[in-house]
Amino acid sequence: MIGNEAVARGLYDGGCAVISSYPGTPSTEITECFAKFDDAYCEWAPNEKVATESAFGASLRGKRSACCMKHVGLNVAADPLFTMSYTGVNGGMVICVADDPGMHSSQNEQDSRHYAVASKIPMLEPSDSQEAYDFARAAFEISEEFDTPVLLKMCTRVAHSQSIVETRDKACDVEKPYEKLPQKYIMSPANAIRRHPFVEERCRKIAEMSETSPLNRVEKGDGSRDFGVITSSTSYQYIKEVFGDSVSVLKLGIVNPLPEKLIKDFASSVSKVYVVEELDPVIESFCKNIGVDVEGKNLFSVTGEFSQKTIAKAFGLEDKENVSIDTEIPVRPPMMCSGCPHRGLFYVLAKNKLTVLGDIGCYTLGSAPPLNALDMTLCMGASVSGLHGFNVAGGKETEKKTVCVIGDSTFMHSGITGLVNVAYNMSNSTVIILDNSITGMTGHQQNPSTGYNIKGDPAGKVSLEKLCASIGINSVRVVDPYNLEECDRVVKEEIEKDEPSVIISRRPCVLLKYVKPKKPLSVNPDKCKACKRCMKFGCPSISFKDNHAVVDPTLCVGCGVCTQLCPFDAFEGGED
Amino acid sequence: MKTKNIMIVGVGGQGSLLASKLLGRLLVDEGYDVKVSEVHGMSQRGGSVVTYVRFGDKVYSPIIEDGEADCIVSFEKIEAARYLDKLKKGGTIVVNTQQIDPMPVIIGAAKYPEDVIERMEEKGVHVDYLDALKFANEAGSSKAVNIVLMGVLAKYFDIAYDKWIAAIEKCVKPQFVDINKKAFELGYNYTRS
Repeated sequence: MIGNEAVARGLYDGGCAVISSYPGTPSTEITECFAKFDDAYCEWAPNEKVATESAFGASLRGKRSACCMKHVGLNVAADPLFTMSYTGVNGGMVICVADDPGMHSSQNEQDSRHYAVASKIPMLEPSDSQEAYDFARAAFEISEEFDTPVLLKMCTRVAHSQSIVETRDKACDVEKPYEKLPQKYIMSPANAIRRHPFVEERCRKIAEMSETSPLNRVEKGDGSRDFGVITSSTSYQYIKEVFGDSVSVLKLGIVNPLPEKLIKDFASSVSKVYVVEELDPVIESFCKNIGVDVEGKNLFSVTGEFSQKTIAKAFGLEDKENVSIDTEIPVRPPMMCSGCPHRGLFYVLAKNKLTVLGDIGCYTLGSAPPLNALDMTLCMGASVSGLHGFNVAGGKETEKKTVCVIGDSTFMHSGITGLVNVAYNMSNSTVIILDNSITGMTGHQQNPSTGYNIKGDPAGKVSLEKLCASIGINSVRVVDPYNLEECDRVVKEEIEKDEPSVIISRRPCVLLKYVKPKKPLSVNPDKCKACKRCMKFGCPSISFKDNHAVVDPTLCVGCGVCTQLCPFDAFEGGED
Repeated sequence: MKTKNIMIVGVGGQGSLLASKLLGRLLVDEGYDVKVSEVHGMSQRGGSVVTYVRFGDKVYSPIIEDGEADCIVSFEKIEAARYLDKLKKGGTIVVNTQQIDPMPVIIGAAKYPEDVIERMEEKGVHVDYLDALKFANEAGSSKAVNIVLMGVLAKYFDIAYDKWIAAIEKCVKPQFVDINKKAFELGYNYTRS
């Protein structure tokens, strides 16, 4: 099973009764897999802060709980994280966080281990699916034994690699009684100041436990090489791939707090110590602080992900023989799908040469050629708040040339508060909500505006129109992004207005099962005048061959937007 | 047994996920230690996708590096060439000759290199190519390209035909089993003349 499924199984078999999460690659499948267990509660929350606090509430009530997120999600959840360290838990609580070294699907490459150190919360880091399962279970034990939430850190290669997992019997369900304990759970200054020493003492105790914990282990080398390696996570796999049993390895499963004596003893048993860790030198810095002489980031990069090749190169081993051809292969970047409703809206924005502040989701792909429709993408929700600041700074001239775009799920996540600021401080901002009725980029998760829950059952449905109106936005318009004329007209009207406004560009994601593709279109070569106007649209189904446009019938879903672009009516067919 | 490395490369949406699931199932049933690794997320939106399948007595790294792949199965004509660095000297490439233009080609910013197969052959790479889309349509669905290619790949494995079929039956939804069995058979019996 993939690492994420193993985490879900480990949490479930470890007695987890409640999971609340927000999707984010590469963490999403943990919660999706967990949703298949009918006797445990599972939900998508609007964002990671809400998810973490919901899981905390479940723990407070006495059940084992968890929340899952990607690394940048932990930024959103950092507020509860730091103070949950003080309150501790009642039922065990696990926070799963998945880093993305190499940024396969993320806007930055931050190292979540810093959060563990800063919040003084223990962190476990598995290196394959079996450990993902085992560590998820162990995390609950540690959580309850030491009265602390536990961070379980994944990374892309562990989360999305499949390997064999042996499961064990499910633990008995835990239900601890709820007790009113104001000094533990009300973090007013007077109480919190008494909890801080507890946190420090807890760190010391967990560090002591980690000295002998089976989650950390020394693998003695066969003696053919006399140096040793301290490593964790997927880096461990690369070390074993390159060196097999020839080196001694201290493989760390608990990456916070680190075991001082174990590291010192290991260091003294080998001629020299290398620390091999992706991203920041967290283990290396610790080693140096306790006076253990190691090499690490002088040989390995702090950017990107590693592989066996990275290791071999750093240790001066020879490259493997391969072949290459000198043909240049054109890049194949991800793009908006054929029939994607976002494309029509972006076409209109690009045509009007508007400055567009963007957000996180499939529509980030609107930045790519030929549309080149975006000016900024920062983090979840930043389009709306950023637009407000941009307009406040730029005044009238700017307001009439600038909009922002944000997806339905991202708007629910953290666009709402930005819109409240627009309404409250009355900037003449035009916010476009790209409502495709799903969380698209992470692979189709429901959200509070879709009307369905994680299991696909009917659920509460937030009306975007009513929500915007109740915030105080008087001008809320709905457009169909397949209708270019309508989009163009409404966008022009709304940016001219001297008041905040919202345009909801509404059409479901073309990949949703209930969206039935229509018949593909084709180009009548006699009508096509090779003006290439359709090529500015960036539809992957349309290409240019033998001096006229052609449609790939295996890709085209018959959305028909191209017929609105062609002045010669060359696109034919479609419908049904 | 020394670890064997298979790469499956293609364009997002072509069904490489099912192919890797099938391979993983088969190899686990054969008693190997197996690791299958792919990256989800952005790459699914029509981008280049790559899946690593590694099997042997004990597999550590989930990924395949330069000069390590025994075989690359490419769902699209130029994708194999993109990852050619990964192929071991003397390795095999299975190619579907279907052409899917990447965006830079569509908008005229780059040219689609038509002669990649010949170029790879010139360098002594063993390339086994076919129009898998044609065979998939013959089997009953253009979506069965993935299984046609698994049929071709199977010829390079020392695993009985029936075991592949058993793995297909385990991995494919019941209503699609017959189409996929047919697709596998067409790929398996294909010999480039």
